[in-house]
Amino acid sequence: MSIHPVVQVHGVTKTFAQGNVTALETIELDLLPGEFVSLIGPSGCGKSTLLRIIGDLTPPTSGTVTVNGKTAKQARTDGDYGIVFQDSVLFDWRTVAKNIGLPLEMLGWDREKRRARVDQMLDLVELRGFADHHPWQLSGGMQQRVSIARALSFEPALLLMDEPFGALDEMTRERLNLELLSIWQQLGSTVVFVTHSISEAVFLSTRVVVMSPRPGRIAGFVDIDLPFPRTVDTREDPHFFELVTQVRELLRRRGEHLLPEEEAELL
Amino acid sequence: MKRVREWAPALVVFVAVIGAWQGAIAVFHIQQFLLPKPSDIIKAFWTERHTLWPAGWYTFKEALGGFAIGSALGVVFATVVARFRSVGTAIMPIAIAANAVPIIAFAPIAGAWFGEVSPHSKMAIAAVLCFLPVTVNTLRGLQSANPRQIELMRSYAASEITIWRRVRVPTALPFLFTALKVASVLAMIGAIVGEYFGGAFNALGVLINSDAQIFDFVTAWAGILVASLLGLALYGAVVGTERLVVRWAPDTRE
Ligand SMILES: Nc1ncnc2c1ncn2[C@@H]1O[C@H](COP(=O)(O)OP(=O)(O)OP(=O)(O)O)[C@@H](O)[C@H]1O
Ligand SMILES: [Mg+2]
Repeated sequence: MSIHPVVQVHGVTKTFAQGNVTALETIELDLLPGEFVSLIGPSGCGKSTLLRIIGDLTPPTSGTVTVNGKTAKQARTDGDYGIVFQDSVLFDWRTVAKNIGLPLEMLGWDREKRRARVDQMLDLVELRGFADHHPWQLSGGMQQRVSIARALSFEPALLLMDEPFGALDEMTRERLNLELLSIWQQLGSTVVFVTHSISEAVFLSTRVVVMSPRPGRIAGFVDIDLPFPRTVDTREDPHFFELVTQVRELLRRRGEHLLPEEEAELL
Repeated sequence: MKRVREWAPALVVFVAVIGAWQGAIAVFHIQQFLLPKPSDIIKAFWTERHTLWPAGWYTFKEALGGFAIGSALGVVFATVVARFRSVGTAIMPIAIAANAVPIIAFAPIAGAWFGEVSPHSKMAIAAVLCFLPVTVNTLRGLQSANPRQIELMRSYAASEITIWRRVRVPTALPFLFTALKVASVLAMIGAIVGEYFGGAFNALGVLINSDAQIFDFVTAWAGILVASLLGLALYGAVVGTERLVVRWAPDTRE
């Protein structure tokens, strides 16, 4: 018996009436349980749009999204998604602990259970001691960790992350990459991760999905067979470089119509 | 310490202005009906306390009533407009046009509607003055919720009502308090202006007006002092409430 995909994206097209843009054209994508899939591609190729369609934040123009055998809408209503945006999107009027506990409140967890889980999450992202701070008292990296803790707090079946580390410095970013991987391995969620960085995509993923623009399409897949756990040494591994090159080639080959600055951005 | 440093400049300016005022009257021999000495005004503030203070309290209650009614209506109106866009586009221009009418023109009409002597007509005037700033600001606040925050709430399958309660209302609160601060001052102005067009014999605006007519300008100025102190008190109450409610907002951050 074959493993059932967690997410099935079938024939998804998206056109925006405004500006008459075809953001996505017939996307076919299956995600297996526990996969860590990165979407990579030049700016405007529809990565965010695809993520938002999977998360039922935008309806597709045509095609279907199935999550655990349900429609995306049903999955959203059931609380199957944990979403992390590029900026942390925290609520200034809530403390760190209450920000992390927000989805738990929405799911109707009682106070005791909530507190226990929030404490656990604070430990996980190493923010114990900041529980009663407000978001604006934290650094950008800490805020993003709160946002990740919030998305993970209810152990969603599916984590959707849109360039979560885009605004961070390289050092913080690499540290959070490691943290994210260890959390992912503990929880066993399926992750869809949008990024602009080839090396980040290769380092984190079990599979990289390369997209090309105008219209947004899947240009190809690269399976990342680097062993787990991945460490700082993984980035030195010759095979790591081979995979990076493979992704880069795919981006270049399928992106003949890239503008020079778009190409520069990716390389 | 921080408080002192915050208040010191205002205090210095205040004392300097009062000093210059007192000095200028002596130096330029300014007639007392043009501008009485601050010391005389303060003296009258004390000697006339049995008439001025109760009058102030009476007018303050009118202002407070108008402030409460006008602000509450403003909040309700803004909520309806934010919730049902079409209602807003239909009614908003009328509300703005109505507010463009000078309050002086409205005062006699309010007197005819709610009783010239009655405090209700003053409340009505104060309420009209408070209404628009509260409406406009609350509406802006309700509409400035971060779309990402709303999407996040949707991803938790939150209902529209929950999104209002947890996102839109908290976002709007700092805007609301900004409006309430403006309204608190306007309410006092509205009540006093209303009383110039007739009011109870022991109302502050009536007293100021009649004192001026019998050339008792010192007492009139003392009345103005009472009015401004009460206006400040209402403003201070709003600021205090804001500090309690909106601890997270940028301008109250430590
Ligand atoms: N709400 C919208 N209305 C109209 N057009 C949109 C909208 N959202 C996205 N688009 C268009 O769809 C295309 C894909 O946008 P999308 O945000 O998915 O790109 P992206 O791959 O995430 O880019 P980036 O890497 O810059 O974030 C773009 O051409 C964009 O202009
Ligand atoms: Mg994007």
